[in-house]
Amino acid sequence: MKQQSKQRVILFWGGLAVVLGIPIFAAMTSPLLQWRQPAYIVAGFAGVLALCLLLIQPLAIGRYLPNIDPLRSRAIHRLIGVLLVVMIVTHVGGLWMTSPPDVIDALLFRSPTPFSVWGVIAMWCVFATALLAVLRNRFRIKHKTWQRLHTGLALVIIAGTVAHALLIEGTMETWSKAALAILAIIATLKVMMDLRVWSWRK
Amino acid sequence: MSDILINRRTLLAASAAGAASAVSAAGLIVPAQAAGLAPTPTMRGGSNNYRPGAAIVKRIGGGGFLMTGTVRRAGDGAPLEGQRIQMWAHTTEGHEREPQSHGATLTDKNGNFQMDMPQIVPTFGQAHGHLAYDSGDFETVFLRPLMKSSRDKTLHVDFVLVPA
Repeated sequence: MKQQSKQRVILFWGGLAVVLGIPIFAAMTSPLLQWRQPAYIVAGFAGVLALCLLLIQPLAIGRYLPNIDPLRSRAIHRLIGVLLVVMIVTHVGGLWMTSPPDVIDALLFRSPTPFSVWGVIAMWCVFATALLAVLRNRFRIKHKTWQRLHTGLALVIIAGTVAHALLIEGTMETWSKAALAILAIIATLKVMMDLRVWSWRK
Repeated sequence: MSDILINRRTLLAASAAGAASAVSAAGLIVPAQAAGLAPTPTMRGGSNNYRPGAAIVKRIGGGGFLMTGTVRRAGDGAPLEGQRIQMWAHTTEGHEREPQSHGATLTDKNGNFQMDMPQIVPTFGQAHGHLAYDSGDFETVFLRPLMKSSRDKTLHVDFVLVPA
């Protein structure tokens, strides 16, 4: 692995800190928080952090994190996968405590809000991805098959999450939310191309 | 190349439009009466966090936000007086589920109602209110209207009810 220059490393981590830090800071200073109860606030931030994780996730598996070796990059990717599941469970659980009928409507795909359907689809795809990752070795899924299934699910997750996040009027500030979402999409598409997921060449 | 200006389809469309304008010009059709005023359907999620029997109050909490509306009868559109409309929302003074976020009012002789209530703030991704007609004389209707902007200071809602 080629060592990157100190400036590039600082630039990368500094840039990532800004791209993730601004939307988190903006959400923390949202006026809506003063009218929300703790469970709802925690649920909201679990969603914000999950969106942040969706930017780091492709960067880790694509080995774009500077001066982090491939094995550790993969360990980070796995850890973030677990964290994503935890964030989603916290998000849905906190919303359930806040307003059970609204969450039941969302889970049954009968909510009046157009964004909840995207969130629920993305949620099931994250759970399916986690299950697939756990069962991958037991069922000896071929690498290419695994890669395509995983990438297919990842595409639905990123598209669903971005649609979910952008259509919501919540604690996140519009422009920093949009920037984070667009960067997460770009990172996902880039890693797909770099890993040649859809190529038939061995 | 030839431009066909009149074919069967344009001719039919033109004659239909001509007939329609002739009828409306003669004042033969008043739209609401012709079709019959359609009843307001219950909206998805309208009954979420409903607490039956909200008290009739002059104002919910400290007020500052104005909910207005009308209640009319389906078909002829006659204004309905004395109808009890219940409403609740996530406001600056409490969550939808909390009792202090709920209140009810009665319509006046013109079928109008209004309620001074705390500012509605976005919850579950949208700035919205909840209203219910659930008094038995007419079929129950639950509404969940959206505010155009979460900065709006007022929200207007129309009920058209069908006798039960």
